[in-house]
Amino acid sequence: MEKLRAVHYINQFFAQIGGEEKADHKPEAREGFVGPGMAFNAEFSGKAEIVGTVICGDSYFNENLEMATKEVLAMIKSFKPDLVIAGPAFNAGRYGMACGTVASAVKKELGIPAITGMYIENPGADSFKKEVYIIETKNSAAGMRDAVKAMVPFALKLAAGEKIGASAEEGYIPNGIRVNFFEKKRGSERAVEMLLAKLSGKPFTTEFPMPDFDRVEPNPAVKDVSKATIALVTSGGIVPKGNPDHIESSSASKYGKYDIDGIFDLTDATYETAHGGYDPVYANQDADRVLPVDILREFEKEGKIGKLHRYYYTTTGNGTAVASAKAFAEKIGKELAADGVDAVILTST
Amino acid sequence: MKLELGNIIIHDIQFGNVSKVEKGIIYINKNELGALLSEDENIKSVSFEIARPGERIRILPVKDVIEPRIKVSGRGGIFPGMIAKVDTVGSGRTNVLKGAAVVTAGKIVGFQEGIIDMSGPGAEYTPFSKLNNLVVICEPVPGLAQHAHEKAVRLAGLKAAAYLGNLGKDIDADEVEIFETPSLKEGILKYPELPRVAYVQMLQTQGLLHDTYVYGVDMKQSLTTILYPTELMDGAVVSGNCVSACDKNTTYHHLNNPVVRDLYAKHGKELNFTGVIITNENVYLADKERSSDWSAKLAELLGVDGVIISQEGFGNPDTDLIMNCKKIEAKGIKTVIITDEYAGRDGASQSLADADASADAVVTGGNANMLIKLPPMEKVIGHIEAADVIAGGFDGSLKSDGSIEVELQVITGATNELGFNRLSAR
Repeated sequence: MEKLRAVHYINQFFAQIGGEEKADHKPEAREGFVGPGMAFNAEFSGKAEIVGTVICGDSYFNENLEMATKEVLAMIKSFKPDLVIAGPAFNAGRYGMACGTVASAVKKELGIPAITGMYIENPGADSFKKEVYIIETKNSAAGMRDAVKAMVPFALKLAAGEKIGASAEEGYIPNGIRVNFFEKKRGSERAVEMLLAKLSGKPFTTEFPMPDFDRVEPNPAVKDVSKATIALVTSGGIVPKGNPDHIESSSASKYGKYDIDGIFDLTDATYETAHGGYDPVYANQDADRVLPVDILREFEKEGKIGKLHRYYYTTTGNGTAVASAKAFAEKIGKELAADGVDAVILTST
Repeated sequence: MKLELGNIIIHDIQFGNVSKVEKGIIYINKNELGALLSEDENIKSVSFEIARPGERIRILPVKDVIEPRIKVSGRGGIFPGMIAKVDTVGSGRTNVLKGAAVVTAGKIVGFQEGIIDMSGPGAEYTPFSKLNNLVVICEPVPGLAQHAHEKAVRLAGLKAAAYLGNLGKDIDADEVEIFETPSLKEGILKYPELPRVAYVQMLQTQGLLHDTYVYGVDMKQSLTTILYPTELMDGAVVSGNCVSACDKNTTYHHLNNPVVRDLYAKHGKELNFTGVIITNENVYLADKERSSDWSAKLAELLGVDGVIISQEGFGNPDTDLIMNCKKIEAKGIKTVIITDEYAGRDGASQSLADADASADAVVTGGNANMLIKLPPMEKVIGHIEAADVIAGGFDGSLKSDGSIEVELQVITGATNELGFNRLSAR
């Protein structure tokens, strides 16, 4: 196999140009490796070679973000790399931002695999962990040896297009994408060990950090319901009998839109639930229990509501990813608004 | 309370003229067992198959998995209140046919039934691929309502497991394990320096087809209560649910609860394992509030320093999990929760339906939405067409060559929330 061509991005400090006083150093390209690039090159052990190094002062980069990115990118491109490594930046904030910007621009604009390395508290880590793989490092350059040992095999794996495992296996900072893998110990044993650590005040790492939840503020009340067009939307999986669109019983990939013009009652002969997450018996006996068409028709007749919207929308909430639900809701919401619907009754199970 | 488990290691199951256990092999007289299970008027027909580790066999749709056990001495019988008289179990001696299980299959009851592959990539995700399984295929009488259907198959499984267990009554065990839990007072006196730990086990009780039975009581109608850990080993808790296969606790899981085992492993050394608080996962908010209040109250009453909380199912029960965690932490008791995730096929979505900052110690059994390709097998036991409709399957899951593309959630026990497996996610 031919050696991969790697390009290394570093700052003025690691290029031994100078410290803070040289932080305005403009982008510069050099053939071969510079500074820590030597350790990377050695660790590549013939599988890849640093063909060029691009150097930029941290102040210059961050103060001229757009231009500096463009300049650095052009220099990187000129080396025709198969792989780009930025940093590692350890806990240097501006260097971290530069490495994150460079690596993600290389990935996005040049379509070349790129990684960087940082200490978890580097502000660059939080800003770029979802854009590029950031290998977690110690907080100072004393951790260079370990960083090189972790970054090189990962970079080679990424460049070879191999499957990337979970963050805990590969050593990158968690990027919000949950990846399955087999632990060494079973879950119950890990739980007991975690509890003993927690009880004795020792450090432990949760396997799933609690997310920040979206909270949706309800809209103000509808002023006059007797004039309002009301639509029914459900995650309870009520579908015309036979589930014509094959909405999944769990983890739905789609929603259905069905015409209920002239329908006054949902019966066991005409409707059922496709939902696999609750006892379907009662919903199948009378689907109005989940999608109250019968009551709304009565209210319509009595003038308690303006009218029931001609279509209802349905999906199964069971195990359905929040991202899918959000996408459904955006489409459904747009259509409902365009159709002049004033209010929606959203039933769940 | 002290229980001795005599493990009889089973290497194989075969059909034979006389039902017996000999040299690690279970021989089964099909006609005799068939006649026993056919006594139920709701069961039209029963048939049996054997599925061994490594065989190119796929079983679906799987309802429950049950380990054969028999009480040799001590009070009560296995599965008290279900197929044995009500009596407090968990003491004396119980023999176990280790390495064997009864798997119930047959026409689908609900959506949430599973797949067990005995070899190939799917086998890595289910613990039951490592067992010698007697598959009991029960077909219901025509027109049988779902609730009655579930019950008939549930009881058939328990009866079959007890029938096999009974064959091990007088067999010498290959190994003996002893588990003992002292009374609260004895425990405090014996281990004054050790942290006191309880296990809060949440049981699936979202409704018919989603129920769990404790000494024959439908747990959704029970308040949160306390068990000695060894009661679980004698079948005090029985699965009666068709909740998603990956994270439902089969009866096998209850009998071999890994949290109980791993707490016992450190009992008297690093911690004092005081007991099991069992609580439900009902759907009404008032029930959720009441049950989680009681979990916290009982943990406080036991005077524990920490608890492990395990979940069953996902979505709606995530709220019970978080309520239990939050309320127990609020009592000053440290918690670790065990759950699994529904992060979408790409792993990018929110994993749980509820969250709280106090849940800072989480063990996960992995992302159940992950797609997996299961190659065709030589033999399918059950109904292959169920692949398109069971939870985790989708229209087109079943390919024309017999392979299946599904979410991990269809595999029985794959993302178990008792921490039975090594599968996890980050």
